Amino acid sequence: MPRGVAPFMSGSMHSSRSILGFALTGGLLCCAPVIAADMARAEVPARVVSMNLCTDQLAMMLAAPGQLRSVSFLASDPRSSAMADEAKAYPANRGQAEEIYLMQPDLVVAGAYTSRATVALLQRLGVRVEIFAPVTALDDVPAQIARMGDVLGQQDKAAEVIATYEADLKAFQQESGRSPTAVLYEANGYTPGAQSLSGQILATAGFTNLANEAAYAWGGNMPLEVLVMKAPEAVITSRPYPGGSRAEDILSHPALRATQDRRADASVSDSDWVCGTPYVLRAVAQMVSLRHTLINGED
Amino acid sequence: MRLYVILLILMGTLFGVALMIGPAGIAPLDSLHALILGGDGPMTLVMREIRLPRALLALMIGAALGMSGAAMQGYLRNPLADPGLIGVSGSAALGAVIAIQTGIAATTTLALPVSALAGALIGVVLVLMLAGPRGGSLTLILAGIAISALAGALTSLVLNLSPNPFAANDIVFWMMGSLADRSMTHVWLALPLIVVGLGMLALMRRGLDALTLGEDAAQAMGINLVQLRLLLVFGTACVVGASTAVAGAIGFVGLVVPHMLRGWVGARPGRLLWASALGGAVMLLAADIVVRVILPMRDLKLGVVTALVGAPLFLHLIYRTRRGL
Repeated sequence: MPRGVAPFMSGSMHSSRSILGFALTGGLLCCAPVIAADMARAEVPARVVSMNLCTDQLAMMLAAPGQLRSVSFLASDPRSSAMADEAKAYPANRGQAEEIYLMQPDLVVAGAYTSRATVALLQRLGVRVEIFAPVTALDDVPAQIARMGDVLGQQDKAAEVIATYEADLKAFQQESGRSPTAVLYEANGYTPGAQSLSGQILATAGFTNLANEAAYAWGGNMPLEVLVMKAPEAVITSRPYPGGSRAEDILSHPALRATQDRRADASVSDSDWVCGTPYVLRAVAQMVSLRHTLINGED
Repeated sequence: MRLYVILLILMGTLFGVALMIGPAGIAPLDSLHALILGGDGPMTLVMREIRLPRALLALMIGAALGMSGAAMQGYLRNPLADPGLIGVSGSAALGAVIAIQTGIAATTTLALPVSALAGALIGVVLVLMLAGPRGGSLTLILAGIAISALAGALTSLVLNLSPNPFAANDIVFWMMGSLADRSMTHVWLALPLIVVGLGMLALMRRGLDALTLGEDAAQAMGINLVQLRLLLVFGTACVVGASTAVAGAIGFVGLVVPHMLRGWVGARPGRLLWASALGGAVMLLAADIVVRVILPMRDLKLGVVTALVGAPLFLHLIYRTRRGL
């Protein structure tokens, strides 16, 4: 049994709690120096496990054959992952410290929202964990790809992917013409603001986002009444999950349908919009073609 | 008679206010103009498809919950009876959730309210069986706690098993109730069953008055107690099932309203029925205005407001009837 686990199992109530507390605060405080130190260590990890949907996709894109041992279970769900087919080739994990540790990884890549307790525990057990913050801007995607290339020791492949991405993005930025109005609308009436990745996708495709007031800058719930009164030319909704929920009922509300019917109806293909990977450009392309439909409809 | 006039005026006023309040901030006169005369703009859409169904649902569901509370209290001769408190609303929510998550609700229009009705029916029958025909306070409340807890747990289970990541968030809606973003579809879904249920409960009028003299006396006066019981069971199941299917479980309306109006109708449970229906509509319209005034941009649950009003009253009633316990 690894040493670090023993106190959790044998210690008294009091001691195990204080150790857990130490593990949590220690995990938070020590991340930054550990990352810096590990970056300097220029060795190529041989057994990499990814615990987050977005790191899953970057890792699958860049890892050498056999280098990546497992991705999260979300990576094979086509509703949220743009690389669902590729992900089927890897064993899936559900982000539990126990299962990750038993895979004996020499590197774990995780998202900033991955359970801190899990990450802290893995670090205490001596596993190297690299944490990737979510990307909120199209311009930040290359840096994210480069960092994944660095930690995987696949710098050359990363440089190729970045070059293609930057060339494609530049092509979109030369779009010209009228900017139709649009609102992104999700379950519970949530609308991602201009500062979000989705907001940037919309803006790059040449749309004017009507969720532009301060209240929605970082995303917020827009009441249906407010949306209808803004009368956007396009309402881009998220695709409902199976099973049904009241939170998503709003996406089939007659008032929303009437707003969409008069103009263009478009469904967000969620998986391309979720993560800061080159697939965001597919989402931009989808929005550009919607915009062309809107503009050409007027001629 | 004067009571009915006052309640009707209150109800009409609050209905008008409910139509004029909303996050879109439309001027009151413009909103009424758009509602009645229509037009092509988005304002008509907001008034006719968002605010009108919301106000109509508050009115219908308030009336349904108010009258079912009055009928239950009259039949059990116990002021603590309320469909929300004794687990009928919770069972109806379970029925609705099962219909949605199994996909039955998507196949036929009426599947959702009918499934909620079935849930409510099971809940009300269980409570009446456990509490006994006289409905002693202690057994009634204990039975209600047990059924509420079980229905709540099963509702959470079904929602947690759902493949939909938003379903688990819906637990709050099903437990506390809300009228946010409902549409005319929901009005038409709930209306038939609520009308039928209110009709059944209203038929109990003479029987409830007679029952105040005791069961033997009521039977001697020609009241069919079996029929009265069936009217209560099916009437309550219809109104609570239909209400919960579209708005979630909203508690305490059926407790508060009959209690406040009892003095006005000379403590006659028969007369209390329609008075409580009007009073329930007034209370729910007011509560739905309050949630929109306090947090206009967010969906504060209706059950929060009704519980803040109702729970202290419930404690007061328990305190007063504790000798009976």
